[in-house]
Amino acid sequence: MTLVRRQIMRGGLSAGALTLLTGCDLSDHDSVQRVLARFSDWNDRVQAALFNPNRLARTFPESMAVKDFRYNAWYGPDKAPRLDPTDYRLHLAGRIDNKRPWTVEDLYALPQVSQVTRHVCVEGWSMIGKWSGTPLRTFLERIGADTTARYVGFECADGYYEGMDMPTALHSQTLMAFRLSDEILPTKYGYPFKIRIPTKLGFKNPKFVTTIYVTDKQPRGYWTDRGYNWFSGI
Amino acid sequence: MTPAYDEQRHPLSRRVLHWVMALSILVMIGSGWRIYNADPIFEFLAFPEWATLGGDAQASLARHGDPGVATAIAWHFAAMWTLAVAYILFLAWGLISGHFRRDFLPVGPRAFMRDFVAALRFRLEHRLGEYNAVQKVAYWAALGGIAVMILSGIAIWKPVQSYPLELLFGGFQGARLVHFLVMAGIVLFLLVHVGLTLLVPRTLLAMVAGRATEPRHSVTTETVR
Repeated sequence: MTLVRRQIMRGGLSAGALTLLTGCDLSDHDSVQRVLARFSDWNDRVQAALFNPNRLARTFPESMAVKDFRYNAWYGPDKAPRLDPTDYRLHLAGRIDNKRPWTVEDLYALPQVSQVTRHVCVEGWSMIGKWSGTPLRTFLERIGADTTARYVGFECADGYYEGMDMPTALHSQTLMAFRLSDEILPTKYGYPFKIRIPTKLGFKNPKFVTTIYVTDKQPRGYWTDRGYNWFSGI
Repeated sequence: MTPAYDEQRHPLSRRVLHWVMALSILVMIGSGWRIYNADPIFEFLAFPEWATLGGDAQASLARHGDPGVATAIAWHFAAMWTLAVAYILFLAWGLISGHFRRDFLPVGPRAFMRDFVAALRFRLEHRLGEYNAVQKVAYWAALGGIAVMILSGIAIWKPVQSYPLELLFGGFQGARLVHFLVMAGIVLFLLVHVGLTLLVPRTLLAMVAGRATEPRHSVTTETVR
């Protein structure tokens, strides 16, 4: 009797170990994905609570900024959209008072700051770069955005879409970055501008932004729709 | 009067926490290996996909251009909670109940060396319910290792919010390296831990059913050699 029980137990354990080793069977189950998604939602709430709006990401001396910054996207740099400054417009939508579209010239005339911060990729690599541009907060105030709304979202020329919580959007280091290493943002890095958020993982920093909207409904994200955590603060 | 048999007992709380930690650690290792593969620290080392957790990488790539790293991270950031909670309860329980003091102490360098040499010569006695000095050190190392994994993990997950924690590990990439090396140590611990359990299966019985006994004359690993 005990022998049988022990055999069943041992069988159960090795079956468990096997399922773990060949995790694919388990991971791709809808029910498992639902449980993991629930944990991810919980992690969103924990991260929003952990986020300190006054805490600055570490800044580095300019000499540490990488000049030849790593290119990263799901398409090659030659496929990056080339936006023509003559017909480019930044569109605004949602809870914003003045939705007049912005030209590149208007954007680049905004007051600017520089930061040397670390970009952290969800894959694990990190790189220090120098970005210059307008604090998103300054821009949101200028266009009369309702900063009591919960989220700011972005639509991009390469089909990318992202969004973030309002506290992060108002963080003083969150920029509309027009320059990388003191040069106008090259095409492959997101011309005419990218959103630079040193308090979030790299994929939360959209490039080629064509629309900014302010909303209470959580914006979707390109990689979030592919299973990555939404808040992804660091 | 000593009883005619040796006995090992594990109360239900210890068994539940042990298995929750065991399962969480296996999930953390498997998913961690998939995450590691996304950006290997060492050029010569990538983990075979079958050993990693995160679903069918090819199917995931075909579906939306991600080799299951998203799922691996979801596993990792789910199991971190079950591990952290079970670990803290295990520590608290071990300290309060006297389990650590009774079973993992005292342990000194001399006893460790004596038992370590004996173990290398396959002359180390194992008596059910008693922990030799090598075991004691191994358990402390495992418990300490998990603490380092949690701290370096926080430094990687939240380098900005937890700053300057990462400096403890020599920066963000240093924290990744420590996280990797201590993982390797924990895998080594697991191999020895499971290997020895297979040599003395009654210990597994105790950790599952709560109690195991064997006749008083102790078994040495020599007999198994």
